[in-house]
Amino acid sequence: MAAPPSNRRSRPGRAPRRGVDESPLVKWCLVSVAWVFALVFLLLPLANVFAQALGKGVGAYLHSLVEPDSWASIRLTLLVAAITVPLNAVFGVAAAWAIAKFEFRGKSLLITLIDLPFSVSPVVAGLMFVILFGLQGYFGKWLDAHEIKIIFAVPGIVLATIFVTFPFVARELIPVMQATGSDQEQAAMTLGASGWQTFWYVTLPSVKWGLIYGVILCNARAMGEFGAVFVVSGRVSGLTDTMPLRVEKLYQEYNAVGAFALASLLAVLALVTLGIKTVLEMRTAREFARAERTTAPST
Amino acid sequence: MSIALKDVTKRFGGVDAVNRVTFSVNEGELVALLGPSGGGKTTVLRMIAGLEIPSQGDIFIRGQRVNDVSVRERNIGFVFQSYALFKNMTVFKNIAFGLKIKKWKRRAIVERVAEMIQLFGLEELEHRYPHQLSGGQRQRVAIARALAPKPSVLLLDEPFGAVDAKIRQDLREWLVRLHHDLNVTTLFVTHDQEEAMEVANRIVIFSKGNLEQIGTPREVYEQPANEFVARFIGVMNVLELEVRNGVARVGELAFPAQGHPDGQGMRIGFRPYAVQVSPDVGLYHHRAVLKHTFFLGIMLRLELELPSGLIVRARMTKEEYASLGLDDGKEVSIQIREYRVLARGDGTLGPEVAVNYPMPPTIAENI
Repeated sequence: MAAPPSNRRSRPGRAPRRGVDESPLVKWCLVSVAWVFALVFLLLPLANVFAQALGKGVGAYLHSLVEPDSWASIRLTLLVAAITVPLNAVFGVAAAWAIAKFEFRGKSLLITLIDLPFSVSPVVAGLMFVILFGLQGYFGKWLDAHEIKIIFAVPGIVLATIFVTFPFVARELIPVMQATGSDQEQAAMTLGASGWQTFWYVTLPSVKWGLIYGVILCNARAMGEFGAVFVVSGRVSGLTDTMPLRVEKLYQEYNAVGAFALASLLAVLALVTLGIKTVLEMRTAREFARAERTTAPST
Repeated sequence: MSIALKDVTKRFGGVDAVNRVTFSVNEGELVALLGPSGGGKTTVLRMIAGLEIPSQGDIFIRGQRVNDVSVRERNIGFVFQSYALFKNMTVFKNIAFGLKIKKWKRRAIVERVAEMIQLFGLEELEHRYPHQLSGGQRQRVAIARALAPKPSVLLLDEPFGAVDAKIRQDLREWLVRLHHDLNVTTLFVTHDQEEAMEVANRIVIFSKGNLEQIGTPREVYEQPANEFVARFIGVMNVLELEVRNGVARVGELAFPAQGHPDGQGMRIGFRPYAVQVSPDVGLYHHRAVLKHTFFLGIMLRLELELPSGLIVRARMTKEEYASLGLDDGKEVSIQIREYRVLARGDGTLGPEVAVNYPMPPTIAENI
């Protein structure tokens, strides 16, 4: 039996408040904590990096960037990112597709393996490659005999970076693809689309944002990785120093301006990817708004 | 013949989702695949589309065996329950997709899409994205997209499942009109018997993977092939009885059962409209109390309780109810005009039996 309607309505003259609303005090406290945290731990240190870098003027700043060894480290970092990010994007899409759309044996094992780089310390990851490809390692002698250099050279840095950034794109895409389901792909097939057309016109656009987030995270990590790269690079100035390694080296050499200048550039590169994402998001939102505006509301 | 299934079976794991189903659909027909959920009707639809492959049996579309023809080449239009619109494309691009894939000329695409947009009342919505549309609009886009490439068959999976009751009624009528105008062979899946009765030319009824009956709405209602169909189509009172001395009884109700051994179980069913009700407690054979009246719009459903506690459902119009002066709690007398033996030893369904009652006594007996 349903209870008779109760007469406990809010008294007239008082603004009715929904039961789920928190008190204003709690709301402002939480908002303030979030802001203070963001300012003190994120914005302030970042601003300080730029302040230190530009402490001796723009000239000194630019000069320290084009200093040969630093310039080499910038080029190396961009090269490593340019190789690892596309590779991981392709792998991530393939793995996420397989995991989200198919049932196969060893699926949960594959998911665990994709997560492995998250749980293994980067230093250990670097050591793994040294043990495999180093001069004392399993393939060391053979590689040396064929004059192929992996450890203490660029290929080793790329391998270590791929390992460390392995999960980013796949991890970002799996939930998106699972949530999207396969209805849209099946619809495309009933309309005559081939597998490749379905992937290109339907699947990829529907996971666009997941892919972009994954690529941004992957890119940031690829440029910023320190531990794994530290172990495999050998730290030859001007040859195998990436930006983070170079920053640390400059800092140890008491070259504060140089260190902070390079650090600020690293920060800017990360901010650029964030900026690209934001612009893309805004453009999509504008497109939706335009579609809504140009058409009369439905009856 | 537009579509034909011959002995089609589909097994998922060890379970027969569809079991040796054979039926055919004529060109231009509007056919409902009806059944409770898990009955195999959606699997049948998906097999016709080519989204599932039959474990056994053959499927023909326009005389051609299509078992080995892929979904892409079957030239069918499929409307998914979720509509499955392409979220990243506008209404125009959604409808144009199939034409673009089939390499139509640009001019032809623009013309065909404009035609579909006009036919489906989607004017001024062509630049919108699916998430900016209402449920009914989304469904129209989904059907327009399926029909744009001129498929030989239109298949719809629970087309009215995802919209609210008011719009559903409009959409049913609209689908009937659309089918009438385009005359494309159409199959749709539904679990709602009322929907199937109202919309379809013919109904194919499934239960647990088996085809129970195929026929016009009138046929399956008036001549159900078996107990499942009789109980699934329309409302039915079902009584479990036991035979004693050639009469099957439960409570105070009795039905003739000559030739049946004592102690045999029997199941009898009768439609609510076959129950006659009178406020005159002496008019009909059985006395009952009107426990509750349900208002179903123009029709009313009456819940009647016999002295033994047996509940019988009756149905009548509002006018009839008013002219009889009925009300909840009132004592009435009832009789059952027609009934049907649902289950006997051999499992077949008996014909409908009309009951000839002796003239009611002119003087009330039990006052």
